[in-house]
Amino acid sequence: MDPLTPFQIIGHILYRFTPVWFALVLLFSVSFAFRRRLGLYGKLFYSPVGMIGLGLVMFWLFTGLFAPFDMIVTHDPLAQLSGMKNKAPGTPLRAAEAGQYGWYLLGGDNLARDVFSRMVRGATTVIIIAPLATLFAFMVGITLGLPAGYYGDRRDTLLSFLANLILAFPVILLFYLLVAPEIRLTGLPQYMAAALFAFPLVFSAVLIRSRFASQPGKMWLWLIVVLVPLFLVYAAAINSGAPDSAIAFWPFDFVPDDLSILTIFVAVVFVNSPMVFRIVRGLAMDIKTRDYIAAARTRGESPWYIMLWEILPNARGPLIVDFCLRIGYTTILLGTLGFFGLGLEPESPDWGSTINEGRKLLSIYPHAALAPALALLSLVLGLNLLADGLREESLKD
Amino acid sequence: MGLFLLRRVGMMILTALCLTVIVFVLTNLRPNLEKLAKTQGNFRMSDEAVASWLERNGYDEAMPLRYGQWLGVVPGWRQETDQGVTGRCLDGTIAPEAAARAPRFCGVLQGDWGFSTVFREEVSTIVAKRLGLTGKLMLWVLALMVPLALIVGVLAGMREGSWLDRGLSSLSIITTATPEYVSGVILIAVFASSSVGLKWFKGTATGAMDHANFENFFLPVLTIALYGMGYIARMTRASMAEVMAAQYIRTARLKGVSFSNVVIKHALRNALIAPFTVIMLQFPWLLNGVVIVETLFNYKGFGWTLVQAAGNNDIDLLLAVSVVSVLVVLTTQLLSDIGYVYLNPRIRIS
Repeated sequence: MDPLTPFQIIGHILYRFTPVWFALVLLFSVSFAFRRRLGLYGKLFYSPVGMIGLGLVMFWLFTGLFAPFDMIVTHDPLAQLSGMKNKAPGTPLRAAEAGQYGWYLLGGDNLARDVFSRMVRGATTVIIIAPLATLFAFMVGITLGLPAGYYGDRRDTLLSFLANLILAFPVILLFYLLVAPEIRLTGLPQYMAAALFAFPLVFSAVLIRSRFASQPGKMWLWLIVVLVPLFLVYAAAINSGAPDSAIAFWPFDFVPDDLSILTIFVAVVFVNSPMVFRIVRGLAMDIKTRDYIAAARTRGESPWYIMLWEILPNARGPLIVDFCLRIGYTTILLGTLGFFGLGLEPESPDWGSTINEGRKLLSIYPHAALAPALALLSLVLGLNLLADGLREESLKD
Repeated sequence: MGLFLLRRVGMMILTALCLTVIVFVLTNLRPNLEKLAKTQGNFRMSDEAVASWLERNGYDEAMPLRYGQWLGVVPGWRQETDQGVTGRCLDGTIAPEAAARAPRFCGVLQGDWGFSTVFREEVSTIVAKRLGLTGKLMLWVLALMVPLALIVGVLAGMREGSWLDRGLSSLSIITTATPEYVSGVILIAVFASSSVGLKWFKGTATGAMDHANFENFFLPVLTIALYGMGYIARMTRASMAEVMAAQYIRTARLKGVSFSNVVIKHALRNALIAPFTVIMLQFPWLLNGVVIVETLFNYKGFGWTLVQAAGNNDIDLLLAVSVVSVLVVLTTQLLSDIGYVYLNPRIRIS
């Protein structure tokens, strides 16, 4: 077979993404048809910027979802095929067997692996870890930021000092200190996970308690329904069957946890939480002066009820916008970790590690680093545009 | 104002102390010390050899004691062997009489920042040299980034909603969405790649440490400046748009002042208050970008030193690096607060 021309490469790549195009068209047509009934999400479809952002984000979301089922990838992202080392985009395989895809669409990297398949598979890592880590950071930030802003006394001074302490750290130094393999041996990431992952439990417990304070029956029912599954997931997440695991008391360890993923997850949550804390604290300080808070206080509502059921819902606009931006920032942080070779295994196809691998031969074979770099750029850009669209639309009313 | 400054400086010292404690504890965890022993001795050392190396070099004492030694409030450790006395404040192995005359305390308070195990040099010399190199980089970054960001922001905010505004706003969103390791890779591939690129610039800035010129220094400077630029430009645009909607601007226009005069004489000064604080607060982010760019372009400045120190668990160097970066971050915060008060008379520090 002959090498592909640039146009053919683009054509083949677009064709490989067929399932994603179908999913996107379906999503957009359904959402567009029902946009009047979909609240803030529906309003996005009135703003071109928001639609472009949503399109980019959903493109990578679908890619990440479909890739593990061998749908878009052309080759095994870890397979090294002979004769394909550092080959240019569109190079045909030297000895293609039957059923094997005939080209390396975006060329081969320095270990003769397919750059295109690695880029596509890398999306999976990002779209799982980034939103989840951001969500945890929000849980931590909200649970600590609300009381800090609402009470504004010693608690605030202490928590703000701690937040500023973490923020004063250069992020990369913190990553080196938390993610290094030697630190993993001491079990520190797992202890931090045990502390950080407890926040969703605390958050939902307080949420339910403050809501049903006068109806103990309902309260206990909800507490059991919510907390038992959460605790099962929590215990499974912090435990690990790995030989060097520091926490291993739980027999039902159904979360397939790799300690290296847990470590980078914890590091990213740890870096993000103080920033969320500051935002939530500022919002709480602003909202607590409103009349409806004074009314709730006069009714005799408990402080936590006011914080979680009066302040938090009224702070949702800025928080949703920041959530989008922060997923983008988390993606950048994950890439930074990979760029410094921290965390995930070196052969893993996540974008940061691939850029790190590719940059060594950047001036001779730029394609290996360029593909994941552009992928990361487009995802973060999409999230930024989405946040912009949401901000514009939420400001309109 | 005096009390405010005093409180802020006190806070700064407290933060630096807490941070160094954290860094100290994390770098002195047992597995980290063992790794240090192996990199300093040899990689095939037995466990006993590692333990004795740690003992000989004073790493065996309790951590609070050793932190006190680093700080200079606890006398440095000393050990007597057959050849003489070794210790923290002593240069190699010396005779007991000479050791008796040596100072007992030698920590940060005495101005001794310790000895780097990676570079085999005094930490203070390394930090001073590397900070100088990074200072040069930062200077050029600021010289490129600030005017560019302000011009883009002012032009975009001048007529809100115009095509110029949309174009420039999209540009600033794109630059904020591009982390340094992405823009650096793209810039190198386009401008410096020897196979397909334009070959205008060099892909490495190692030469720029001694002789910086446009060819070897522009790409790293541009890479850092681009990421910071978008955010400042967006803030400037928002502030400019707000000012342009104000009553006094409309009055000036109705009086018949030309548009360019309104922008330059009436709007600009009020619009530039907000970006000032933003620029100062960008410094911590710039520091981050510096680490990435110096690694990518192999420019051996402060950020590169941080990576080397952290990767090799160089305790003394890492502590000094974190103290310096904390001081940079907190000083810029302080300056931005003070500057804000001077620029905006409506704010008062109580």
